[in-house]
Amino acid sequence: MNRYPLWKYITVLVAVVIGLLYTLPNFYGESPAVQVSSAKATVKIEPAMLAQVEQILANANLPPTSVYYELNGTLGTVRARFASTDVQLQARDAIDRALNTVPGDPSYTVALNLLPASPPWMRALGWFEPRPMYLGLDLRGGVHFLLQVDMQGALTARYDSLAADLRSVLRDQKVPVAGVERAGMSVVASFANEGDRDRARDALRSRVTELAYTDGNDGGKPQLVGQLSPAAVTRVQDNALQQNISTLHNRINELGVAEPVIQQQGSDRIIVQLPGVQDVAKAKELLGRTATLEIRMVDDSPAAQSALAGGTVPFGLERYTDRDGRPILVRRQVVLTGENLQDAQPGRDSQTQQAAVHLTLDSKGARIFRDVTRDNIGKRMAILLFENGKGEVVTAPVIRSEIGGGQVQISGSMTAEEAADTALLLRAGALAAPMSIIEERTIGPSLGADNIAKGFDSTLYGFLAIAVFIIVYYHLFGVFSTIGLTMNVLFLLALLSMLQATLTLPGIAAIALTLGMAIDSNVLINERIREELRNGASPQQAIHQGFERAWGTILDSNLTTLIVGLALLAFGSGPIRGFAVVHCLGILTSMFSSVVGVRALANLWYGRKRKLTSISVGTVWRPGTGQAQAGAKTRTGGNGTPAVK
Amino acid sequence: MEFFRIHRTVPFMRHALVLNIISLVTFLAAVFFIITRGFHLSIEFTGGTVMEVNYAQTVQLDSVRGAVSKLGYSDFQVQNFGTSRDVMIRLPLAEGQTSATQSEKVLEALKAADPSVQLRRVEFVGPQVGEELLHNGLMALLVVVIGIMVYLGFRFEWKFAVAGVLANLHDVVIILGFFAFFQWEFSLAVLAGVLAVLGYSVNESVVIMDRIRENFRKYRKADVKEVINSAITQTISRTIITHGSTQMMVLSMLFFGGPTLHYFALALTIGIWFGIYSSVFVAAALAMWMGVKREDLIKPVKKDEAEIA
Repeated sequence: MNRYPLWKYITVLVAVVIGLLYTLPNFYGESPAVQVSSAKATVKIEPAMLAQVEQILANANLPPTSVYYELNGTLGTVRARFASTDVQLQARDAIDRALNTVPGDPSYTVALNLLPASPPWMRALGWFEPRPMYLGLDLRGGVHFLLQVDMQGALTARYDSLAADLRSVLRDQKVPVAGVERAGMSVVASFANEGDRDRARDALRSRVTELAYTDGNDGGKPQLVGQLSPAAVTRVQDNALQQNISTLHNRINELGVAEPVIQQQGSDRIIVQLPGVQDVAKAKELLGRTATLEIRMVDDSPAAQSALAGGTVPFGLERYTDRDGRPILVRRQVVLTGENLQDAQPGRDSQTQQAAVHLTLDSKGARIFRDVTRDNIGKRMAILLFENGKGEVVTAPVIRSEIGGGQVQISGSMTAEEAADTALLLRAGALAAPMSIIEERTIGPSLGADNIAKGFDSTLYGFLAIAVFIIVYYHLFGVFSTIGLTMNVLFLLALLSMLQATLTLPGIAAIALTLGMAIDSNVLINERIREELRNGASPQQAIHQGFERAWGTILDSNLTTLIVGLALLAFGSGPIRGFAVVHCLGILTSMFSSVVGVRALANLWYGRKRKLTSISVGTVWRPGTGQAQAGAKTRTGGNGTPAVK
Repeated sequence: MEFFRIHRTVPFMRHALVLNIISLVTFLAAVFFIITRGFHLSIEFTGGTVMEVNYAQTVQLDSVRGAVSKLGYSDFQVQNFGTSRDVMIRLPLAEGQTSATQSEKVLEALKAADPSVQLRRVEFVGPQVGEELLHNGLMALLVVVIGIMVYLGFRFEWKFAVAGVLANLHDVVIILGFFAFFQWEFSLAVLAGVLAVLGYSVNESVVIMDRIRENFRKYRKADVKEVINSAITQTISRTIITHGSTQMMVLSMLFFGGPTLHYFALALTIGIWFGIYSSVFVAAALAMWMGVKREDLIKPVKKDEAEIA
């Protein structure tokens, strides 16, 4: 009765082998590596880059242990491993110098990384390649940010740019309008008479479809009020979030982080995780910079100049300072926002060879820019950067001619470095909506290493204590239980590695707790076997009944625990979720290892013995005899005395 | 080795009333402390900034306090944790200041006082996040309680479900009472621990309920009290050994796991011991008083079986 068909043994064996295979990479550790990836949308990493990197390293006399090319989706990367971190750092500098020839404008991100140091045959498995678990920030060190996107700000910005749209449409259609302004969460256009308003409404309905128009009246002056529909509001918010995420990607690329995590959380939040980042201050500075960009006209008229000198600000204008601290009066009307800016790159003027910044606008931006420059030749336009609600004029160039096609060049009186800085600011400034950091966690690398050591130690000591106790108490069945528990760890680690789950300190705690709780199944089985023996069952029967009867209880108790685990998974966040994932998986693996795994061991050991007279499950005390009888072969020395009939 | 050499069924239910009154008193005391003292919530819930810094030599906390108070903070805490060289600084939420500037300024001030200082960890939580966490934590608790009740009601019987959940909530409230009384830091990890205890403790009750059901089948003439007593007696050895093993693991976390796991392990330790107690004395007794019967658990044999043949 205690025999498994061959396939069951094979199943257990295969599970163990797969478990070993996938757990193994976690023990090889990681080797220092340098990773080359593209920093620009226009630059692709081709397999040819592999040879180029190898050549650079050979020239610099920095031998890598291996170099390989990997295509991840559409993005290629070249990775080179090195024997030590010293070589890694030198290699990074060498590759960076060789590939990024223009200072301040890198085409490639050359980042330090840690790659699993698993042996080459594992990597040969391709898609099935066993990879180590991904370590969370609390174990690896790094920074975690939760950013809240100010959706109110996104809508305000959208209304501002819609107001500009309305103005240009009305001008194109030659509809006389007294003024178009954003008023709170709406755009209001005022007209001299109702006929103009009706014409304007007809013109706008087909051309600016995002807005819903209603008629208004302000002290006898007819008005047209445009508001975004709820669907349009959602679209604006989605776009704002997406644009902010891609802007963050750009900013983080400048940092050269190997594996940044930038993802949406909920409808208006973004998580940023930068593992292994040492220069925390710079990361914070770059992310914390909640900048938005606006292009507006400068008012240099004599009236404005005299107002500026007198310290007053005329109506319709605002006072800002440029980067050197000089005051400038700028119109309130926004010509373009960062939304319309696609790219900003430093470069040189093709004729004068002066340092310049090249801007690329989207089609709508290009159209508006053409109109504005045509009407304002000789005047100045200001590019304003708003950081944390405070505006600053980045640059205020004079418009020399009408600029069409969306290619804008800003040049004159700047050095190459200033051009690079301005380009970076403009590029990084292209946030659709302001953001603020609402949660931040920085874990130093030494603390991460400490956490791993502490988590590992406490699990190990706990495991050893349980193993010693259970073997002393249950003898051979205790050994089976310990092996079962080891299998459980193995399966759990393998499963986590397969899923490429992120292991955190609470996750390690969950592994420990799962082990502590998994022993329950074994204790239930072993106690049941003893009880069956006590009640006079034969050894073979006792094993059989023990496993069978304990199963129902094991299932019930594990399912209730699983309910808790799933609830934690559904409602937990951050550390709780890390705990819950491991906890849930651990419950499943512990059921398999204790019920199927341990049973296989017991069957293998005892199943073939037809005339089994005693089983080693520790002392089975029977009431009435007054003393314990040793059911353990090990203790009776195998003298053949039937301990249990 | 066999720890439990029990000659006859132990009358666990004999003193059930007294023990349940003690339980009730403990429970009320826990509720009292939770209400009067409240929790020492970690910044994950309250919002604010925590910094952990490490010095090359032992550092006087007063000098650290001096450096921080010079920045204009009044409501902040400075304390050692782990060793005398590790210092933890908690700062309240500052209006109009981002976390970045806050922690950087403090670190600058500390560096000015002692250049050997090293930043180990910074955690900043904005006010809105904390409220959400609290809300989610309560939701998780609610879902767990409902989920367990549905499962137990379906698998056993509603009286057991109610008894089990009441007994286990009693454990949870008592753990919370401990945290309120001693003003131990209540963090997200502790919340996870408390909820894990809920599952663990139900697990315990399930084992006993399973046995009660089995014994109802086996001992057809025994009364309810005897059946419950025998079920507990038969499982007590397993109960103690399982919990002993789990406790070994938890103690290992308590002593070797470092500060992050310390309170998590502490919550589990209290939970494990009250879990045993409540499953044995509270859950079973409640089910008994609610009038659990043999018929509740054992479905009558279907009569139409013969017709199939």
